[in-house]
Amino acid sequence: MADLKRTPLRDFHAAHGARLVDFAGWEMPVQYRSILDEHKAVRRTAGLFDVSHMGEVDVRGPEALKFLQRLVTNDVASLFPGRVLYSPMCYPTGGTVDDLLVYLRAPNDYFLCINAGNIDKDLAWMRALARDFEVTLTDRSPDYALLAVQGPQAAAIVQSLTSAKLNLIKYYHFGEGTVAGVHCLLSRTGYTGEDGFELYHAAGDAVALAEALLTAGAPHGLELAGLGARDSLRLEAGYPLYGHELNTELSPLTAGLGWTVKLNKADDFNGKAALAEEKQSGSKQKVVYFKTGDRRIVRADSPVFSAGEAVGRVLSGTLSPILNEAIGSALISASAVAQPLHADIRGSAVQLTLVKPPFVPLKKT
Amino acid sequence: MSNTPSDLRYAKSHEWVRLESDGTAVIGITDYAQNSLGDITYVQLPKVGATLNAGEAFGVVESVKAASDVYLPISGTVLAVNETLNSAPETLNTEPYGAGWILKLKPVDAAQANSLMDAAAYAQANV
Repeated sequence: MADLKRTPLRDFHAAHGARLVDFAGWEMPVQYRSILDEHKAVRRTAGLFDVSHMGEVDVRGPEALKFLQRLVTNDVASLFPGRVLYSPMCYPTGGTVDDLLVYLRAPNDYFLCINAGNIDKDLAWMRALARDFEVTLTDRSPDYALLAVQGPQAAAIVQSLTSAKLNLIKYYHFGEGTVAGVHCLLSRTGYTGEDGFELYHAAGDAVALAEALLTAGAPHGLELAGLGARDSLRLEAGYPLYGHELNTELSPLTAGLGWTVKLNKADDFNGKAALAEEKQSGSKQKVVYFKTGDRRIVRADSPVFSAGEAVGRVLSGTLSPILNEAIGSALISASAVAQPLHADIRGSAVQLTLVKPPFVPLKKT
Repeated sequence: MSNTPSDLRYAKSHEWVRLESDGTAVIGITDYAQNSLGDITYVQLPKVGATLNAGEAFGVVESVKAASDVYLPISGTVLAVNETLNSAPETLNTEPYGAGWILKLKPVDAAQANSLMDAAAYAQANV
């Protein structure tokens, strides 16, 4: 895996027994001991994830807000300093370039978190648009490491290492502070459906911070968790993952993210006309979430059938360790949504029961 | 390091065979195989009474990562299957050579096991 990119924690992961795999060009831990155990630890106590592969971008300048309003579908004008916004950014076709987090640090000073596999594509896309605005984009991805502490014990663990008043940082808000002597942007966000913090910090501090969190977290049941658990947790929570439930072809409306598309915001934005048209005439396809009542996993790309006809395909599939049954998402014809659906696993039909996620009760702050 | 008991015979496709004193054979997958697969979530067992040839797929072991066919190392008739694996497939992860056995076979010719790898050869091939 010599040509893969590494986070500052690569050797830390290897020393802790991680199985390292190629993920979007990065050498990342998929699991340490057991994906299922790591998943359960996050739901029960807490898990520590290295997500330093994610990209970070500073967006600054007098027209930063105008630029971001054009770039993304959600309403960036709703942000105030200390608030985080989740939003897709779209092509003029309505297909999705990426989904991202937008942080407002101060007026004209924004910070974006983008998907690891999309960093180059996103930067090229944003830079092309930025030419029309008085705005400066700076790729900060190499400067930052990112650790996520997720689970019911996450706040207690992070609080034991900081004097920042975490109870004042609500869900989808952020603050700044020192955690175990490391300066961090403390963001009450995450991708597991649990309460938790994402700690952005200087790359050089990552190992010290990870060690401090592991030590402080041990009495709380904190466990290292890899990308395997991150994927099953986000699917159980019903969160889309770029490349699965969102992609160049899939619009946020098709993906069920209508709440992130603000057609009424004051400014025009990329994809607005196409998304308005899709909303008006109805999406031809829909991303749906299903469970099966069976432990056999329905794998991504399996065809989905209705009355013997193929009506779509599976986008993500895994075993929910909490429900102890296979769950997944699928892209199907909108006309098939109300019909009985099934997938085929090695010659036997498995019923897909559509559910509105999350699959399990979640306790977000 | 994977565990490779010396009293078993091993197939290239990562199944093991233990010949019992009563002439039956017990079959499972190796420690190396279970570790490579990761968390095992489902095991599709063969039918008792089925007669299968060496090299033939007798079932499927599914993990979070993938579904893999498992192959019969020697020919024979299925005498019993490990029903525990229906409710606790993870037993394959924790005890691949013990409680995680998959099936018992009445071999057509127990001497077929001699053509399989011994522990040293299997360990050598899968370090």
